[in-house]
Amino acid sequence: MSLLEVRNLRIQFVTEEGETQAVDDISFFVDSGETVALVGESGSGKSVTALSLSRLVPTPPARYQGGQILFEGKDVLQFSKRQLQDLRGGKIAYVFQEPSTSLNPVFRVRNQIAEAIHLHRRDVQDVRAEILNILDLVGIRDPIRAMEAYPHQLSGGMQQRVMIAMALACRPKLLVADEPTTALDVTIQAQILNLLRELRKKLGMAVLLITHNFAIVSNLADRVLVMYRGKIVEQGPTQEVLHHPKHPYTQALLACIPKIGSMERRLTTIDHEALARMS
Amino acid sequence: MNFPLWIQNLAIFLLAASMGSAFWFVARSPRWQRATRRFRNDKVGLLSACVISVYLFIGLLDSVQIPAGPHRDRTALDWMFHGIKRERTYSAPLASTSYSATRPQPLEGRHVLGTDVLGKDVLLQTLKACRTALIIGGLTSMIYIPLGTLFGVLAGYYRRWVDDVIQYIYSTLATIPSILLLIAIIMALGKGLPQISIALGVTAWVGLCRLIRGETMRQSQRAYVEAARALGQSHRQIICRHILPNVMHLVIINFILGFSGFVMTESILSYLGVGVPVGTPSWGQMIDSARMELAREPAVWWNLGASACALFFLVLALNLLGDALRRAFDPRGSSVSVSR
Amino acid sequence: MASYLIRRILYMVPIIFGVMVITFVLFFVVQSPTAMAKRILGPKAKPEAIQNWLHNRGYDKPRFINTQPGATWWDSQFVHQMKALATFDLGYSDATGESIARMFRQGAIPSLLITVPSFIFGFLISLSAALFFVFVRDSRTDLFGVILCVAMMSIPIQVYVIFGQWLIAVKTSYLPAFGFYLSGASTIKFLVLPVILYTLADLGGEVRLYRTIFLEEIHQEYVKTAQAKGVSPARVLFVHVLKNGMISIITLVVASLPFLIIGSLVLENFFGIPGLGNLTVNAIRTSDFAVVRTTVYLGSLLYLVGLLLTDICYAAVDPRIRFQ
Repeated sequence: MSLLEVRNLRIQFVTEEGETQAVDDISFFVDSGETVALVGESGSGKSVTALSLSRLVPTPPARYQGGQILFEGKDVLQFSKRQLQDLRGGKIAYVFQEPSTSLNPVFRVRNQIAEAIHLHRRDVQDVRAEILNILDLVGIRDPIRAMEAYPHQLSGGMQQRVMIAMALACRPKLLVADEPTTALDVTIQAQILNLLRELRKKLGMAVLLITHNFAIVSNLADRVLVMYRGKIVEQGPTQEVLHHPKHPYTQALLACIPKIGSMERRLTTIDHEALARMS
Repeated sequence: MNFPLWIQNLAIFLLAASMGSAFWFVARSPRWQRATRRFRNDKVGLLSACVISVYLFIGLLDSVQIPAGPHRDRTALDWMFHGIKRERTYSAPLASTSYSATRPQPLEGRHVLGTDVLGKDVLLQTLKACRTALIIGGLTSMIYIPLGTLFGVLAGYYRRWVDDVIQYIYSTLATIPSILLLIAIIMALGKGLPQISIALGVTAWVGLCRLIRGETMRQSQRAYVEAARALGQSHRQIICRHILPNVMHLVIINFILGFSGFVMTESILSYLGVGVPVGTPSWGQMIDSARMELAREPAVWWNLGASACALFFLVLALNLLGDALRRAFDPRGSSVSVSR
Repeated sequence: MASYLIRRILYMVPIIFGVMVITFVLFFVVQSPTAMAKRILGPKAKPEAIQNWLHNRGYDKPRFINTQPGATWWDSQFVHQMKALATFDLGYSDATGESIARMFRQGAIPSLLITVPSFIFGFLISLSAALFFVFVRDSRTDLFGVILCVAMMSIPIQVYVIFGQWLIAVKTSYLPAFGFYLSGASTIKFLVLPVILYTLADLGGEVRLYRTIFLEEIHQEYVKTAQAKGVSPARVLFVHVLKNGMISIITLVVASLPFLIIGSLVLENFFGIPGLGNLTVNAIRTSDFAVVRTTVYLGSLLYLVGLLLTDICYAAVDPRIRFQ
């Protein structure tokens, strides 16, 4: 049984402007311990998919129309409030894109991580030691100072490490990282990606990585899902998809990546009308 | 200063015309079209707009002159009420005798909302006061909107010393608590409708100026303004063609909400004795006279009731409309909302 | 931090000067002292009486610069007024001749006795109501709450006062309708009704304001993180959102503290409370320009004190400013 199995999920957004089908009948799975990348442009529905796993998508504008999200065999869409709270953080943890706004500005790092521990790991006796432990795990060199700091006192890279620490504090089975490095400098990006790779090895948890950057994909992911306009148009092992893309959209997406040393004058773009005609 | 009716009407017409042309000018922008679409679905907003139109219509009725004889002109509203005679003193709504515990005397006619101490029909007075409220709001808006918008745009666009000077001016004005400043200006200028409007305008432009200044600063940092400068557009062209249309929505929201504030403030000023001169019908005056009336035995409540209700529904409608407009231009749904 | 505050205080000096100029223009230029005198002494007053009245108060000096022979050039009304205000020499009432400083001292206590309880109750009730409405946001209850708040904001304070007084005091005679008497514990019976009405009158606006602030917080990213962590909706609101919202709210509250001294003009006048609000209303009625002038000046000073308190408060309460 896969750790996570999504079957025929459909999510719709209803606003005054009209109705949009954000997620259109997608199915995929994530096994324990594997890293799956979910790739697509903005607006493809990948973030909504990621948030829906814990039912974090706000339901006044959104509507779950059908399908199942099976985590460890149980359907998240049928969970009670109690079960949902146990799931969130304890089984599925998130890392978001903007660490500067994702951390609560008026609480110290120590308190924010401690809150996560209190919620999901009551067995921990020495919370302070555990916090230091986790901060060390994510590669923060001076965990004592970081612990007492407020988020705005930390650099972007440190903030993201803190976010990851907070997510890991509860030993989740699945870590969902929604564009974790997009808001960071390129050098910091590399550091965070290395960190994720190490953690994956050390902790053996599954990772669902949302990104639009193929470079990250080839580095980290075992499998790739390509999303386009709410549908998964291609999925498979990373090397397979990268080197032998079958769907025209994947091919177009890969063709957009500029290559060093190529002599072309114009960058390739994606022709959406042509794609619509093809599929 | 008592302007003849036709000058007042001309002023109101000019206000409406200038507003209308300003809206037509900006209504072509996509932001306004989106907002209009959203507003059409807003039931509360539409209802409020209807209510306000009713008030406007009543005010209009009281502004149109009908020649009634060699010496007097009557307004359309007066003409509609010409059958209602004036009594001697109080009478309860729909009563047939005057209101007195000891010697009720028969009335000359039927009064749906009763009569006040001078025997005037309360319904007529309440409706006539519409016009006063609308004039105060309109006149004040004609003063404070150009002032606030002009200085706000200048301060936000040109910055540096222009900004410093304008900031100093409005900071100083804002430092004085507005009710006290109003009272001071009216005491200095004397009582009267135009004076009240001037006083209200002087206190109101500060808020609009701050708002417009902030938005102008935001807009002038956007890339399209840089691009326009690079293309060689003069400052004046940039302001008129780019900045102004993008701040107009703030002006209209501020106008609607400000209007409700002016109507309310006029009533408070009347209570304090610095409101409209005694002859002019106004809800504030009616509420003020209710002070003594409720203490009478038996109590006279219809004067207060009618004016308070009329004022309340106009202010409520304006507030709800202002909110609806805010939602139409900047719906929360456009930003990411959170689940439970 | 200290240097920032000093800079702020220094910036206030030209503002105070500007306020003095505005009050001077309003009360001495637009409305000449002669007209003032005529209003107070009556239209039939003899010219000598008017001259006397003007001379006693120094209103007969030239306005800006004294060019009369034998007098120093700065012996003018403007300079005198500036000096008086700067040294807090508040002078005497135009109408009654009383020392204005004394009038203000006496009026402060009754005003505070009403404004402080109203403020505390109002704050607690508004905060709770706002949190409640945010907790049930996007529901019918929330919509009803918003409309109720706007409706309460649309009722002018006189209607609250007149109606409330009539309903409670006249109809039921539980509480006195009018008057004030400082007599220890039994003063309370004069205060209950004004405090209730004053709280009610501001309630609609306050709840709406706090609700807006909390709603803005709830749409911030950190709330999404908290929910993703599995924090319960109640805790998200009462711990995460509340603490962030309180920063804005506390600074607003602190800014309004200095004004508690002035008291509501309408309320005090209606209930006959001899506070500073009533003082101002009487000054208007009797065209007592000296008192109104002084109230304007003091009100401005209080506002500036409030601004300063706001800055201090922000620095103390917001970690983003405290730890630079």
